[in-house]
Amino acid sequence: MQTSIVQKYANTPQGQQADAILRKCVHCGFCTATCPTYQLLGDELDSPRGRIYLIKQMLEGAEVTEKTRNHLDRCLTCRSCETTCPSGVEYGKLVDIGRDLVEKEVPRGFVERLTRQALISVLPNRPVFNALLKLGQTFKPVVPGALGKKIPPKRAKTPWPAPRHTRRMLVLDACAQPGATPNVNASAARVLDRLGISLVTAPEAGCCGAVAYHLNDQAGGLDAMRANIDAWWPEIEKGCEAIVITASGCGVMVKEYGHLLAGDAAYAKKARRIAELCKDMTEVFAAESLEQLNLSAQEQKVAFHAPCTLQHGQKIVGVAERYLREAGFELTMVADSHLCCGSAGTYSITQPELSQSLLKNKVEALEAGRPDVIATANIGCHLHIETGAQTPVKHWIELIDDVCGA
Amino acid sequence: MTAIQSGLLDQAIIDDRRARIVPKLQAILSSDQLKVTQEDLAPFETDGLAPYRRMPMVVALPTDKAQVIAIMKACQSEDIPVVTRGAGTGLSGGAMPHEGGVLLSMTKMNAIQNIDPDARIITVQPGIRNAAVTQAVAPYGLYYAPDPSSQIACSIGGNIAENSGGVHCLKYGLTVHNVLQATVITIDGGELTLGGESLDAPGLDLMAALIGSEGMLGVVVEAKLKLLPIPQVTKVVSAAFDDLGTAGRAVGDIIAAGIIPAGLEMMDKLSLQAAENFLNAGYPTWAEALLLCEVDGTAEEVQEHIEDVTQVLKTAGAVEVKVARDDAERELFWKGRKSAFPAVGQISPDYYCMDGTIPRGELPEVLQKISDMQDKYGLQCANVFHAGDGNLHPLIMFDGNDPVQAEKAQQYGSEILTTCVEHGGTITGEHGVGVEKINEMCVQFPGEELTQFHALKRAFDAKELMNPGKAIPTLNRCAEFGHMHVHHGEMPHPELERF
Repeated sequence: MQTSIVQKYANTPQGQQADAILRKCVHCGFCTATCPTYQLLGDELDSPRGRIYLIKQMLEGAEVTEKTRNHLDRCLTCRSCETTCPSGVEYGKLVDIGRDLVEKEVPRGFVERLTRQALISVLPNRPVFNALLKLGQTFKPVVPGALGKKIPPKRAKTPWPAPRHTRRMLVLDACAQPGATPNVNASAARVLDRLGISLVTAPEAGCCGAVAYHLNDQAGGLDAMRANIDAWWPEIEKGCEAIVITASGCGVMVKEYGHLLAGDAAYAKKARRIAELCKDMTEVFAAESLEQLNLSAQEQKVAFHAPCTLQHGQKIVGVAERYLREAGFELTMVADSHLCCGSAGTYSITQPELSQSLLKNKVEALEAGRPDVIATANIGCHLHIETGAQTPVKHWIELIDDVCGA
Repeated sequence: MTAIQSGLLDQAIIDDRRARIVPKLQAILSSDQLKVTQEDLAPFETDGLAPYRRMPMVVALPTDKAQVIAIMKACQSEDIPVVTRGAGTGLSGGAMPHEGGVLLSMTKMNAIQNIDPDARIITVQPGIRNAAVTQAVAPYGLYYAPDPSSQIACSIGGNIAENSGGVHCLKYGLTVHNVLQATVITIDGGELTLGGESLDAPGLDLMAALIGSEGMLGVVVEAKLKLLPIPQVTKVVSAAFDDLGTAGRAVGDIIAAGIIPAGLEMMDKLSLQAAENFLNAGYPTWAEALLLCEVDGTAEEVQEHIEDVTQVLKTAGAVEVKVARDDAERELFWKGRKSAFPAVGQISPDYYCMDGTIPRGELPEVLQKISDMQDKYGLQCANVFHAGDGNLHPLIMFDGNDPVQAEKAQQYGSEILTTCVEHGGTITGEHGVGVEKINEMCVQFPGEELTQFHALKRAFDAKELMNPGKAIPTLNRCAEFGHMHVHHGEMPHPELERF
């Protein structure tokens, strides 16, 4: 597509990157077909192509208002459009740039800034989040309406095997997951233990950086990334094989460390190494022989929800489903499996209406095949779907852990 | 070929019109259904043919028929043009806005109103995506046959406006053969129901006139579409050639052998590479041309035809012939074909997609001519097209940021279309005329036809407010274009002044 970037942006790294991405777009409109917000709203401005145009205008010096900011805010960053785009437009990177620039052009009001700052402070902060979570779970019966529904149920912690193998892998055990779904990483640790791998945590590691980065606190996000690199590095120097991520939302971020910290001389090289070592749980399985797990599921029907960060972000498609099938589970058909559930990081809080519409559609699609359990691969989707579904929700590795034979 | 800036209305006229129409539209639509500022309007300034752009005065996004009727009445009473837009994937600029008009975006009207599996009819609103129709009826073992390459995104309303075809139109026909009934709102707010659920309808066949009329007669608000049972078996043969002309001749050989494939498509080397980069479908990127030939029907029928097609292709000189091993591979082959246009976006920042038809027998010669033009204009051209019906889609690659290249691309395109007409073909196979090919219409119709087209248009829209300036050139425009053919020494329309 033809562009004419104004001087103000033309010589900045952001402007140049955005221009290169824009030039790949041929305005064919294929992306609109798989965009969740466009499916709901039917407005070009709430489609990837419309947002690309809004960003292009801003870079070409046109006046922008809070309208552009709102349309960019409504994007889930699910990157379904990237999977659909035949021209290879890196929409996710473009929208990050667009959000940063529009926020500078059109600053947010006080209340909105406060809400977003609160999310950035609380969600990635494990002690604060866990304290609030416990408080919420205690008072859940008396917390009214939508807020009450959002509080995940209490789950008892299950044992984590002591490290005994020479093969070691790190696991990101940060922010919301250890408190809300503590069994996910414990299940991963038990399954990997059977495969001869000890899964260890680095207590100093925290949020992957996604919460702050996608709320456009890009500096805060980068700080979180550097802190994690520092926390993981001693274990990596000791020969740890991989950094395992059981939440695909965090995985897609950690895999971007190399790209995002490329300009930081002190961290660029380490960040690249971390990104290479980062593996989704499905990718860890790919290199191992699973026969020793003696998997034997019996007549259980599973509806799999593929998180956007897994299928569009990391381009891992149909892999967890294959392992579940191999373990003996029956997978039900799920319509529109490419569409987002509406969780999308903090989206369920910043855009509640759209998020709830997407959730309703997603739960209907997942429960249509009358599954016994819904499986997924990301903490955000997990907790969000749980608020709308009648069917129990689990991480797929928990299901595998359940059916490991003697 | 940049944003259209000449011949536009004065800003004062636009401002006056906007001031008159906006209050009326505000009474009909909610604030999020009405766009009036530059910031909101610009993303609507173009469709799938991005080099052609024009800023709309206002964009309206109705959600139901009553709103469409009210908008049309308001525009008629204020003498304001209406341009209807579907999914904005069109490739001839048919939905390019009018600077002094209302752009009617139909994307919010995308519901399925009824599915009748016994009668094999689906009733839809116009904004529904083509692929969503097939997806919705698949559980009944049915599908909707017209499948333009943009079917993932393009809308049924837009398909009706442009009489869209697709891979399968060779066997199952264009949109005109697959729409049973359409409810249309005319510019005066009148409601017409054209066609019917039976195969023949009494009265004049205005549905046939409506389909392909590029939004010049009315706005479709509802359509009943014919559904077909999914064939028992579908198989696709892929044949690689080391010469484009040989592949072109093979197309004629297949049809001459008495086989009507469900689809017969060709991709040349450049488009194969682009599609392969996107999908890793396993295309033979070494080949100069690839033919994809799909056969459907009962198991016995398909088996027999696949053997025949394979034999014909080998005799015609194919270097490698293979049958897709399963449905997954078959779908992958087609996905690559259907994504080939935009996939070219990876090799070139802009492309100009042409759409002409020629008799099948002319394929080798015309393909050679198009290829030779690359040197003349200094631009590369990829070819990916519906070979079976002789519908060419040359993709001229250029850089829109370079005005010289953009101008050359347009000249290149025009010469391709003129070549098609010279070889007994037409200037559009399925993308419509829109704004892009309006001058070439003068070459296509040197006689009285244009006068009759205008007369039909005025019968529906006396003030000529619906999508003005598209699809049918005025006789004056043709005279200016200078392409009026002199036939037996007689100039057509000698009464017109020549420039």
